[in-house]
Amino acid sequence: MTYLRKVTTLNYNPQRCTGCGRCVEVCPRNVFEMRDKKAVITDKDRCLECGACALNCDFSAISVNASAGCAAAVIRGMLTGTEPVCGCGDNSGKVACC
Amino acid sequence: MNTIPLYDKRTGNKAGQSCCYPQAQTCCIQPDQKDKTMEMPSKQFNKKPSWISDIILTSAGQVPVVVSAWSRSDLLGRIRARIGSFRMHYSIPPGLYAIGKPDANSDVFVSANYKLSFDILRRELEGINGWILVLDTKSINVWCAAGKGTFGTDELVRQIAGTNLAGIVSHRRIIVPQLGAVGVKASEVKNRTGFSVLFGPVEAKDIREYIRLNYKASVKMRMADFSLMKRIELIPVELNPALKKYPFAAIIILLLFGLEPSGIIFRTSWIEGWPFLLLALAGIFTGAFATPVLLSVIPFRSFALKGTITGLIAGIPLVYFTSMFSNDSGMLKAAGIVFITVLSSYLALQFTGATTFTGISGVKKEIKFALPLFIAGLTASLIFIIIHKLNIWGVI
Repeated sequence: MTYLRKVTTLNYNPQRCTGCGRCVEVCPRNVFEMRDKKAVITDKDRCLECGACALNCDFSAISVNASAGCAAAVIRGMLTGTEPVCGCGDNSGKVACC
Repeated sequence: MNTIPLYDKRTGNKAGQSCCYPQAQTCCIQPDQKDKTMEMPSKQFNKKPSWISDIILTSAGQVPVVVSAWSRSDLLGRIRARIGSFRMHYSIPPGLYAIGKPDANSDVFVSANYKLSFDILRRELEGINGWILVLDTKSINVWCAAGKGTFGTDELVRQIAGTNLAGIVSHRRIIVPQLGAVGVKASEVKNRTGFSVLFGPVEAKDIREYIRLNYKASVKMRMADFSLMKRIELIPVELNPALKKYPFAAIIILLLFGLEPSGIIFRTSWIEGWPFLLLALAGIFTGAFATPVLLSVIPFRSFALKGTITGLIAGIPLVYFTSMFSNDSGMLKAAGIVFITVLSSYLALQFTGATTFTGISGVKKEIKFALPLFIAGLTASLIFIIIHKLNIWGVI
């Protein structure tokens, strides 16, 4: 299953890639693949913006606006005028997004 | 349980000295300097739980040995955690645990202190001798905790130092579940502790195969799937909160339909209100149950659209059916169809929080479109009902 097309904030700069393969290893959506000792993006629309690749890229080749894709969090963020924050575990018990 | 001598301070100190890895920053915490939360788990249980079989003495103190098999209470806990807010408190003390008969060469598996995450891991580690390092994720699973940062680099470094892992194992590798990579920066862990992070498979069930493949996860092992069984297991997470709000919605519906020029009349409220009580229930069912179950076969990528489809499929026949036994007003039919569609669509959109493939940008885009439509739909529904009322009262 894939979600909406052409919305991901994933950005990849192949020139900075050293071919370590970390991004391939950490991506849970198989967005990256190694070709000729460099990472390439296979299908950008599969990205769920979790941020694992960007965090673990030691060469700043990847950037993504990472956050949990949770409607309850986004709506709450809109209502309170803050950034969307996943509500699970805040002991409120009101939002159960995981 | 074996009788084990209490924590040997002399041994502990000795081990404490050996943990001073050159690059470590937060290491070398002497036992008496540790804060309360860094106590070994063995000291935090008043009564031995069924999943602990023994306690062994290591150079860093007492470490509980866990069994891999689940007891009835573990199974019951899993069910309760899925059903309600019990999951917010379903935790185990963080720290180091042992499984099987681990030694200095055994693997270290990192987990969250949400008991269900931990239970699934220990079940899959049956027959393996290893160490389990449990991070303090405030009773949240690995995936969500990594997103929030509680399953993260700092906490991992803190637990590696606090449990004196470097004094217990001779190797310098730890296996972190792949979904933890959202919060754990492998290179930083290496710099701060000397331990190399190996990202394991997404699912604990693949760990055995992962080890067999010499610590390599296949493409399939690296993918977070969202199978039918997983979706079904997560349904109560969305369904139960919606059902809890149902009585309040029901009261509002009955008050609205009971409204007469002479006050609120209970008889009218029931005669015209019951189809809407049924529609509200049906909308919860289509949005929070049918849509998640049929997620992969309902057309469109947008969750709000998926919920709209299921809402309409259930809503149109239901509205026509109930109107045969209630008030056959066109305005009420229109109000009913719009109402169930909005409810179903809204709840389907909420399910984005439970999936493993919906990113924030997509959710934001959907909400930007859907939220004004939801508000407009509910307003339209209310206007239809008001027009119907005014019509009956003979005002228009």
